[in-house]
Amino acid sequence: MLRYTVSRILLVIPTLIGVAILVFFMLRVVPGDVVEVKLRGDGGNVSQETIEQERRRLGLDKPLLAQFGDWMVGVATLDLGTSMWTDRPVIEEIGLRLELSLQVAIMATIVAVLIALPLGTLAALFRDTWIDYVVRLLSIGGLAIPSFWFGMLIMLTLLQLFGWLPPITFTPLYVDPMANLAQLVWPALAVGYRYAAVVARMIRSSLLEVMSEDYIRTARAKGVFEKLVVSRHALRNALLPTITVIGLEFAFLIGGLVVTEQVFNLNGIGKLFVQSVSRNDFTLIQGMVMLIALFYVLVNLAVDLLYAALDPRIRYR
Amino acid sequence: MFLASWIAAILAAAARFAKSHPERRAVNREGDGYMRLWLGRYSVKIAEPMSEGTIVYDRPAGEETRGSDGRELLSVTDLHVQFETSGGVVRAVEGLSLRVRRGEIVAVVGESGSGKSVTALSIMRLLPRHTARIPSGRIVFDGKSLLDLDDEGMREIRGRDVSMIFQEPMTSLNPILTIGLQITEPLQIHLGMDDGAARARAVELMRLVGIPDAERRLTQYPHQFSGGMRQRVMIAIGLACNPKLIIADEPTTALDVTIQAQILELMRDLSRRLDIALIIITHNLGIVARYADRVVVMYAARRVEEGPAEAIFHRPRHPYTMGLLRSVPRLDRPRGEKLETIEGLPPNLAHAPPGCRFAPRCPHAIAACVSEPPLVATDTGGLSACWRADEIAAGKIAWPAAGAAAPAVTPDRGAPLLAVRGLTKHFAVRSGLRGVRGLVRAVEDVSFDVHAGETVGLVGESGCGKTTVGRLILRLEDPTAGEVRLDGEDLVTASAAELTAMRRRVQVIFQDPYSSLNPRMTVGQIVGEPLSVYRIEPNAAAVRERVARLLGQVGLRPELAGRYPHQLSGGQRQRVGIARALAMEPRFIVCDEAVSALDVSIQGQIINLLEELQRSYDLAYLFIAHDLAVVRHIASRVVVMYLGRVMEIADRDAIYREPLHPYTRLLLDAAPVPDPTVEKARAPRLIQGELPSALAPPAGCVFHTRCPMADADCRAAVPALREVRPGHLAACIKV
Ligand SMILES: Nc1ncnc2c1ncn2[C@@H]1O[C@H](COP(=O)(O)OP(=O)(O)OP(=O)(O)O)[C@@H](O)[C@H]1O
Ligand code: SF4
Ligand code: SF4
Ligand SMILES: [Mg+2]
Repeated sequence: MLRYTVSRILLVIPTLIGVAILVFFMLRVVPGDVVEVKLRGDGGNVSQETIEQERRRLGLDKPLLAQFGDWMVGVATLDLGTSMWTDRPVIEEIGLRLELSLQVAIMATIVAVLIALPLGTLAALFRDTWIDYVVRLLSIGGLAIPSFWFGMLIMLTLLQLFGWLPPITFTPLYVDPMANLAQLVWPALAVGYRYAAVVARMIRSSLLEVMSEDYIRTARAKGVFEKLVVSRHALRNALLPTITVIGLEFAFLIGGLVVTEQVFNLNGIGKLFVQSVSRNDFTLIQGMVMLIALFYVLVNLAVDLLYAALDPRIRYR
Repeated sequence: MFLASWIAAILAAAARFAKSHPERRAVNREGDGYMRLWLGRYSVKIAEPMSEGTIVYDRPAGEETRGSDGRELLSVTDLHVQFETSGGVVRAVEGLSLRVRRGEIVAVVGESGSGKSVTALSIMRLLPRHTARIPSGRIVFDGKSLLDLDDEGMREIRGRDVSMIFQEPMTSLNPILTIGLQITEPLQIHLGMDDGAARARAVELMRLVGIPDAERRLTQYPHQFSGGMRQRVMIAIGLACNPKLIIADEPTTALDVTIQAQILELMRDLSRRLDIALIIITHNLGIVARYADRVVVMYAARRVEEGPAEAIFHRPRHPYTMGLLRSVPRLDRPRGEKLETIEGLPPNLAHAPPGCRFAPRCPHAIAACVSEPPLVATDTGGLSACWRADEIAAGKIAWPAAGAAAPAVTPDRGAPLLAVRGLTKHFAVRSGLRGVRGLVRAVEDVSFDVHAGETVGLVGESGCGKTTVGRLILRLEDPTAGEVRLDGEDLVTASAAELTAMRRRVQVIFQDPYSSLNPRMTVGQIVGEPLSVYRIEPNAAAVRERVARLLGQVGLRPELAGRYPHQLSGGQRQRVGIARALAMEPRFIVCDEAVSALDVSIQGQIINLLEELQRSYDLAYLFIAHDLAVVRHIASRVVVMYLGRVMEIADRDAIYREPLHPYTRLLLDAAPVPDPTVEKARAPRLIQGELPSALAPPAGCVFHTRCPMADADCRAAVPALREVRPGHLAACIKV
């Protein structure tokens, strides 16, 4: 188990190097760079001289491989460089937003699991009854309604019914929990609904499959209470595939909430991503891609380890 | 509400996890040096120290056996079970009545789909809720009417008074729960035992069913157990609460014959000693003969005959039973005749014909048979549902003898058609998370010959490498070493073009006719495909004509050419597989478990067909099978394999009359024959051990871990296959 964990962690490194190469060169295939956007973006008349100078300052005049080398050395020493737009360290720029995005993702996951687990289970147990139909309707709704639109609905409801809108500035949880939650609960709900829909469907279908397994019949033949048949024998098996879905959705939420963040006016990773892409801020984009890739890899690793912890067939082979 | 119970379940699991090993309750409460197993009022004394397979039982003095009073334990009366399916209402059980006395062993036999499992599941009330219906019938168990109980009342009976053991041990245990938990579960639920007591009882139960090292194995998971061991765990679970009745649905069908013998001997033993009634559902008539007191024969959802085992086997009073008994290949009767068979197929239960269900296949059907025959008492003390039961009793009707005996094949002993020399195949495997590499020695130094027009049988337990040998001959797999010569040409070194030419001469018939036929092609396309691919026939019309001829040769009507595989029965699919193989006009066919998946009556038809084709076309077969009786019927020479190596090779009569190798003797001894008189006179079978892993085969003679004659010499070196008598080879130093 330990060796497995270590070897899985070591595998993270080549994956990240691959991502680094891809993002670095793909960014540079597209013509245009940050300097042009910055100096000529508003149609301003700037001399070629100034532009060359700025390029030199940012190191964009060096050969590609040299730039890549510089960047990789930085990455290896955990220095992602400075943003080409704001001149502030990339780590700092990301760090400012990561806390918020991470919190929304975690809260959305909690919301989703709390909703999906009982609903998905009930739907499977009462298959083809009104309970199942209601749950299925709800989850189809979750998949069909875009999160941002649901978010807008929430905002409108809050405004119309209570004449209140959530605060716009981010207060860390440890500073003022109430203010923090007042701001972030709503986006977490908006995203969590879709998320819950995905997870509930997964739980329903895998529980249905498990309930028709031979070992469930064995459990019943032993006279096990039906509640125990579900919670001990069926749910644990059915959760295995669900964990993968939860993990992937979670990793997606870190960087994928572009529109929803816009709706709630959140200063999160998604927004930063869009900004830096439109500004051609190479170093920042690279840093964020690396970060998100790292998240995906780590979540995957965590999912696999959880799998191994829950499934003895993987643990002891 | 649900969420709360879910959280509670998680908390409970966490608490159980946190608790370290609970205090073990003293196993020996009597202080007499014996380990005792308490089952209700009875105690079973287990000798200490336990050695595998030896169990000493002991019943409290003055306690008479429950079976002796002959009181009725279970009575099923006029049971009907229906399934709603898209193809209409399937009447899976119709008017079935069944009585089981305390301590009695009742066997239910019948072919696939005759309603045996559905009957068992109805008694347990475990039928699928959505589709199954029981429109009428009564099931009374121990004075309680089961169909009238509420769910909770039924739950209290399941696992407590009635247990069930299922066919498929590999999937019947929960993969993510420990064996210990799965055994202690019914103890805690039904008997309210605490953790320590339940654990102690689980250890005792595991010893009782012959699982060594029980203490340690409690914390293991199902995938760490072999199939035979898992079935023992299932039996331990079944026995846990000292039930009055155990229903075993094909308990050994998925297991090898030596393991089957171990499990069934154990079950019979426990049933006798602990006075547990047993319903054994099986299609294996040998098992019925050996273990059953009474036999119920089912055909197409109905009970057609019932009686004491002796009567059913020696004086059957229903034509179906007669046919069934005549169509099994047998180890205990001289061989050489054509197998008798029941022609035709069982009816579709969604549209069953009126009257006697067996009429379309019955050679004695008369005009009266269009109305349904009632079950009437027979002269042998049983019941039979046949209008002509009296005539059968009077000896006026006998099952028609099969056609002329097959002329003994005299294979010419010249140059062999196929020569296999030193064939070896190793598979490199990575196992588990750590990526440990191992070498499975699937086939090790195998040599034998097959002559033109001859059938060579290849037998052995699962995993012994028989299928791999077949695949190597077909070059579906590349051998690690050795050669395969067809007509003198080496298939191993052949070029691609040569191989294509040779492929035409070597064909294969697989075990599972369903998965080996492309579901999207019609029968005509399947059979015709090689004809057009290899351009054997010039045009489409010629292919069609040829396909029709081929279908005729394997006994299928030509109009079947337009059907898809799922529209055929198992026997028909197997015939399609044979027709496809014949299309290439091969000289040699590998039959890999070609009849294993078929019912006895269908199996006989296919074996006869294979023999006829052999005579007509001078075909040679390599007949791979695990059923020794079938191999004896069809093969003229037999190769016995164990753990990748050849143990014995000899002519059929020599090997069955005088097996030399201890393993062959064990195999032959383990298979029960369909004759209760012979079986009941036979001593209990004592077979030890399990098949070792092919990853780490024992050093020296691979069989020494299970061989009753093994000693230190056997472990020293691998015994060479040597000619002990002319034409009779064995790999054992003691013969
Ligand atoms: N869940 C189900 N839905 C519909 N039909 C079913 C179902 N279970 C069984 N049947 C049908 O009921 C009939 C009897 O099936 P059953 O499983 O009892 O046969 P069996 O005698 O046990 O056969 P086998 O020897 O193959 O186990 C078959 O025609 C089968 O197709
Ligand atoms: S009733 Fe008629 S058809 Fe049925 S088994 Fe008897 S003789 Fe055959
Ligand atoms: S060599 Fe020894 S162990 Fe092997 S079969 Fe012969 S007697 Fe048994
Ligand atoms: Mg069955």
